[in-house]
Amino acid sequence: MKLRVATVWLGGCSGCHMSFLDMDEFFIELAGLIDLVYSPVIDVKEFPEAVDVCLIEGAVCNEDNLEILRKIRERTKVLVSFGDCAVTGNVPAMRNPFGPDNRENVLQRAYVENARHNPGVPKADGIVPQLLEQVVPVHEAVYVEYYLPGCPPPAARIKAVLVQIINGQAPLLTGPQLKFG
Amino acid sequence: MAAKTLIIDGKAVSAEEGATVLQVARDNNVAIPTLCHLEGVYDVGACRLCLVEVAGSTKLQPACTTKISEGMNIQTDSDRLRKYRRLTLELLFAERNHVCAVCVSNGHCELQTLACSLGLDHVRYDYVFPKWKVDVTHRLFGMDHNRCILCTRCVRVCWHIEGAGTKNVAGRGATAKIISDLDQPWGDSESCTECGKCVMACPTGALFHKGATAGEMEHDRDKLEFIVNAREKQQWLP
Amino acid sequence: MQLDDLKVLVAKHIGARKKIVLRTCMSAGCMSSQADVIKKNLEAEVKAQGLEADVEVRRVGCMGFCGQGPLIGVDGLSAKEKLFEFVKPTDAPAIVGSLKGAACDVQVGNPDHPFFARQMRIVRANGGIVDPERIEDYLAVGGYQALHQVLTEMKPSEVVDEITRSGLRGRGGAGFPTGLKWGTVAKSAGAKKYVVCNGDEGDPGAFMDRSVLESDPHIVLEGMAIAAYAVGADQGFLYVRAEYPLAISRLQTAIKQAKALGLLGGGIFESPFNFNIDIRIGAGAFVCGEETALMASVEGKRGTPRPRPPFPAESGLWGCPTLINNVETFANITAIIQRGGAWYAGIGTEKSKGTKVFALTGKIKNNGLIEVPMGIPLRQIVEEMGGGAPDGGHIKSVQTGGPSGGCIPAAYLDTPVDYESLTQLGSIMGSGGMVVMDDTTNMVEIAKFYMEFCMEESCGKCIPCRAGTAQMFHLLEKITQRRGTARDLAKLEELCDMVRHTSLCGLGQTAPNPVASTLKFFRSEYEALLQPDPFGPRTTAATQSTAPVTL
Repeated sequence: MKLRVATVWLGGCSGCHMSFLDMDEFFIELAGLIDLVYSPVIDVKEFPEAVDVCLIEGAVCNEDNLEILRKIRERTKVLVSFGDCAVTGNVPAMRNPFGPDNRENVLQRAYVENARHNPGVPKADGIVPQLLEQVVPVHEAVYVEYYLPGCPPPAARIKAVLVQIINGQAPLLTGPQLKFG
Repeated sequence: MAAKTLIIDGKAVSAEEGATVLQVARDNNVAIPTLCHLEGVYDVGACRLCLVEVAGSTKLQPACTTKISEGMNIQTDSDRLRKYRRLTLELLFAERNHVCAVCVSNGHCELQTLACSLGLDHVRYDYVFPKWKVDVTHRLFGMDHNRCILCTRCVRVCWHIEGAGTKNVAGRGATAKIISDLDQPWGDSESCTECGKCVMACPTGALFHKGATAGEMEHDRDKLEFIVNAREKQQWLP
Repeated sequence: MQLDDLKVLVAKHIGARKKIVLRTCMSAGCMSSQADVIKKNLEAEVKAQGLEADVEVRRVGCMGFCGQGPLIGVDGLSAKEKLFEFVKPTDAPAIVGSLKGAACDVQVGNPDHPFFARQMRIVRANGGIVDPERIEDYLAVGGYQALHQVLTEMKPSEVVDEITRSGLRGRGGAGFPTGLKWGTVAKSAGAKKYVVCNGDEGDPGAFMDRSVLESDPHIVLEGMAIAAYAVGADQGFLYVRAEYPLAISRLQTAIKQAKALGLLGGGIFESPFNFNIDIRIGAGAFVCGEETALMASVEGKRGTPRPRPPFPAESGLWGCPTLINNVETFANITAIIQRGGAWYAGIGTEKSKGTKVFALTGKIKNNGLIEVPMGIPLRQIVEEMGGGAPDGGHIKSVQTGGPSGGCIPAAYLDTPVDYESLTQLGSIMGSGGMVVMDDTTNMVEIAKFYMEFCMEESCGKCIPCRAGTAQMFHLLEKITQRRGTARDLAKLEELCDMVRHTSLCGLGQTAPNPVASTLKFFRSEYEALLQPDPFGPRTTAATQSTAPVTL
């Protein structure tokens, strides 16, 4: 049976997914080994049940991130922190040093002070999710099995991890393959 | 000087009396990770990454400040040492804001390289996310305290190679920081000779050349080694 | 000055004494309750009631029963000393009146109380008896005779032998054999050597050394001079923390007086032996109690420790052989010289000789300073001398050794107080802080308190201590705020091990002790605070990505 694989995009720049797409012709081979059941690059709205592996791009920045992450954890056997934002918090977490009440300041800075047109903090309860007090890496919110660092991780590194998982091994990255940044 | 024989990782080696465990290990191609050690300046034994096991001693000893003795039996690598070294790096990454992706030293950073070699794929401890400033008041250089690991290499090269005595340490514990003169903006320092040795010595991207962008800066460690060799061994040719 | 000249001086001093002495404690504890005003009022009252011919009011140091202070001791009235407790400035007329037999309602203490009766005073022999600001008082109780004895009758090596024979161990906490240390410094080659007294007492709840310095400064100076003679040093430094202004001023007075009589300085007792003592004042860093950090501070550098070896005995101040001992260690020396090492070795247990001063504080009826023979069961200290927990509470634990020590549960109260027994229980003798906790105390909060102390006092030089204590404090905070999980507890234990074994100096190496000992004896209190981990690991396997997950 083919592995049921998902990828998800939380608080990140989508660079990791771009790198994922850089696996190019390997996708043809991959298509024979896995079913991609949920991903920003396919049109599925609800995260499905009984997923084998999920690659998570991005840090946990807002309530929506946290909610979907918990759902993913419940429905997935193996979580892989995918890229530096997921592994370390990286750039999205650079607002954290401004303290626990940085949420308002960050929004002010982005949507009011630096706005050329229509300044105003976007607020729509139930639609625009609230920022969390602190941005956290994925493993601070839920348990994560494996880590795939890089900003973004090069396609070859992503492929190496996927192949090992598909072969039933714990992905082992060593030396320069582990490089953050 | 009398020669001493000792065992490093099961291999018998000989070395001159007065040498440190670290020197002897490196002379014999045994790699011991270090961060605060810098060729050419005295050692302080602060980063604790070079701790080794010495047979007959319950305490781990820093290779950089421990002198060899006859018959010493040293283990430079073990599960226990690897665990402690990994933990030390995790603590460092969690302590300040090390964002490799946007760092000038990305790809040329000793902290980053060590993390790779010790298999550090994530930090299990909560990040502290402290608020540190960046001092870019100097004409040529900048100091980003977020990336500082307090190895004090810059302080030691400033005092003991350049002799300027601009850099120092202030404060204690997690709030300790590298300062210029009496904690003034670096640009206002009257003692700084603008020699740049501190930037050459820095293992991370904490000290940088202004204008360098992410991943762009290398530390010119060769230049520092050249100066030290010229001074200490009177060797002027590389 | 010769010994005979001193004897003339002493005879004159004793001759001028009056029949009745009102000893007023003027140590920091009683001073904070207006002991200075009490003394002034007593003096005025003696005059007013016309008793000047027979009664003198003497400033003395700590009498020990600090929790009952301010204290006034009365000598010469009856065979037994009388002790007034909780004295107020307005009590002066009644106290002076009582000397003439008038009724007096000021609380009178019982000198036979176990708090006093169980003590054995060597270090604190003169505390509360001599005026710390008058060298004549110290001379009158035999002061500086031990120094005279070593200078005129003993070779330096014989002094070292005597100390070795006594079995005295360092009272700063680690318990290194003092004789061995002296012998090493004496044998180290070097024209210049130093003797340093560590008075940077910083453990929370500890005030033994302060009390000794405030009450009997000369006993420490004399001990240092004897040490200097034994190891061949001519310069001493007394490192005292700035938070002890009274101790500093009394030491300054004592040094000035000793110099004036030729008991310090050049050609002491008209011998070729020279010895000067300078005071160095600490600037508020706990880590400067660590000997290498202390030396850096004395040298005028940033007070941070350095790796040992080389040990100070070999390479200390400015690279010279240096003897560093704690205040209490030096305060033991004169008694050992005068009464012999064998006498001292007869006190205590097989491996821990002599007495130890403890600052008994916390949830206990009788607070104060006690000096007890080594080997006394903890139970005798806390239950008999200390009177147990106040308000009918039960003692839960005794903390010894401050932030470097551990919490000993009540079940182990029969443990004898000696270096080895306390270490076996995961605590340490330490410098003498003894904080008693009753059943209202939350042990996780206690561990957090000490960890915060270590985190704030870490010098920041080595990573395990600087960043490790900060993470441990953070984890303890998470746990006490009921945000921690079993994974956090595992991380805390992992750091206990790592920080202990990888830190540069004693501060970091012992910082995990309060956590480790409370985890050992009171683990259920931690576990009761842990939260479920619904999004935690699927299996109970390790928290690291090493094992493959079966898909």
